[in-house]
Amino acid sequence: MAQSLGLDPSVPPARPARQWKPRAGISAYAALGALLVLVIGNALFTPNFATSSNLWNVLLQVSTVVLTAVGMTLVIATGGIDLSVGSVMAVAGAVAAVLLPRGVMVAVLAALVVATLMGIVNGSLIAGMRVQPIVVTLATLIAGRGLAQVISHEGELVTISDPAFDVLGRGHLGPVPVQVLIALVAVGIAIFLLRATPFGRYVLASGGNAPAARLAGVPVRRTVITVYAMSAFLAGVAGLVVASRLGASDAAKIGLNMELDAIAAVVVGGTALSGGRATIAGSVVGALIMQVIATSFNMLLVPYAWSLALKALIILVAVYLQRPRRV
Amino acid sequence: MTTGMLPALRGHFTSSRAVSLLQRGGAVVALVIACIAGSMRYYAFATPENLLNVLRQNSMLGLVALGMTFVILTGGIDLSVGALLAVSGVIAAMLSKHGSLLALAGGIGAATALGVVNGLLITRARIQPFIVTLAMMIAARGAALAVTSEQSIPASPQASALTWLGRGQLGPVPVPVVLFFLAYAVAWVTLRYTRFGRYVYAVGDSEEAARLMGLPADRLVLATYALSGALAGLAGVVLAGRLGAGQPVAGTGWELDAIAAVVVGGTLLTGGQGGAGATIIGVLLLGVIFNLFNLEGTISPWWQWVLRGTFLMGVVIIQGRLQRRARSH
Repeated sequence: MAQSLGLDPSVPPARPARQWKPRAGISAYAALGALLVLVIGNALFTPNFATSSNLWNVLLQVSTVVLTAVGMTLVIATGGIDLSVGSVMAVAGAVAAVLLPRGVMVAVLAALVVATLMGIVNGSLIAGMRVQPIVVTLATLIAGRGLAQVISHEGELVTISDPAFDVLGRGHLGPVPVQVLIALVAVGIAIFLLRATPFGRYVLASGGNAPAARLAGVPVRRTVITVYAMSAFLAGVAGLVVASRLGASDAAKIGLNMELDAIAAVVVGGTALSGGRATIAGSVVGALIMQVIATSFNMLLVPYAWSLALKALIILVAVYLQRPRRV
Repeated sequence: MTTGMLPALRGHFTSSRAVSLLQRGGAVVALVIACIAGSMRYYAFATPENLLNVLRQNSMLGLVALGMTFVILTGGIDLSVGALLAVSGVIAAMLSKHGSLLALAGGIGAATALGVVNGLLITRARIQPFIVTLAMMIAARGAALAVTSEQSIPASPQASALTWLGRGQLGPVPVPVVLFFLAYAVAWVTLRYTRFGRYVYAVGDSEEAARLMGLPADRLVLATYALSGALAGLAGVVLAGRLGAGQPVAGTGWELDAIAAVVVGGTLLTGGQGGAGATIIGVLLLGVIFNLFNLEGTISPWWQWVLRGTFLMGVVIIQGRLQRRARSH
């Protein structure tokens, strides 16, 4: 799919290509091109796709994936992986639902604090104990899902009815759903952090070559812990959005398999799993590609299962095109 | 000066040996403690029925974890095993009206073929194992769901061997348990005494060095993914025989359980260290702990999840510590 796309000069680059990593620029173009082809193709051939209500719906659905994918991009840029985001979402939703009778502020704050703490635990074990990220976050995935069930009164569905909390998942500012705005803010902050702050440099340096970064005075340990904390915080926000959207905390369902969607978005967007690179805009494009496919397959009544197969193919093609070229 | 270095050298040997013994023996010690505590606390624990039941319940996961062990020994990972298990079970159930042989060959063959695809993508296209098998997991699960229209496929009663694999007994021992021990015995001998086994460790230790030494590293890695697929396929047909149906959602999350069992047993995720003996201990330890949770009866399944995650975390922390101490000496 991507080979047929040339570099369209009218398309603004998602990020300027730097001379020391020219391929990052190319893959950003490729992903953006693929997204445009998908959207235009669907607008032409899928009935009712190009309606404003449907397009808003795509953005609404994608906002939680974008939130987790932003955090996942930062984690992957340090050379790590965070499998626990889905479980963290469930925990955040459960904490908020249980504490909501004590006030919205308390519930939201507590949920985000608990989520961030889970991320700090992940990061401390990874950076401090030097356990592989995949194992640590696998353990948090398992334990977190159980914890979410325990918190929501042993696996009950906790219904939520609070007008202020409902705004998160169902409110609008003008035509724009609040959750889309939240995702946009997260994307903006992350791009700013990566590009314009020492922290952003530290993230890329830690992922590129951790020992060298350490010798150069980069606080690798602190950076890694911060990145996992941010990933968990954003997952917590996503969990609150989903709980509010559902009007309930469903500890078994919220965020299930979200880690896969987030990793897929990041990888399709052009961030290499080997670390040292990051393109937040690419991850947003990656998340949109996956969502547009899912939505259009849904509208064309293609069985859900086949959209899974196509998702898998797209991930493979994206990674194959971006694989390191070494002779 | 040489005499001065000797004690240091000796110290290195003894401490690293002790550490590696601890690393390997830790899971055994934990298993023994769990069994002793279990038999002291619950009358029902140390009965043949209960123990055979624990073995039977964990035999299929054990087969999957064995394949995972080979893959992890070469420094890879296979996230697709749960989905391949489902594909195998579904195909076996669909083919069961044509007889057991076709059902078994079709199920295991399909899973093996998909394992080969994993291996080819990893060795030829040079895509990371994590991504390849993640994509395979999504695609194979999708295919299993699509082919069955998300319904469970009943196995035909004509496929008597399929049913026997899942429900049969050899004397007092369930057939899956026999398969489980047989597979581990073969794997143990293979890893320890055959050229293939040596090569697996060599590639896991350093793929580059193995390649420079002239070992067929790519073919070897390919073989481990094929083996992992085949064992997941075997687990799939056993499960289909046991349930009397091929379920497209079977094996969901088993990749995580299998990785946990491998890691708990003491096989390092970085490759090159561990083996079949370690994994069987890991599988049994996790199985016994769950059995004890169930016998206790007051621990809700949700708390069991929390304890499971915490336990896995604790084990890898201790492992990491021991490993670092071994390296620093």
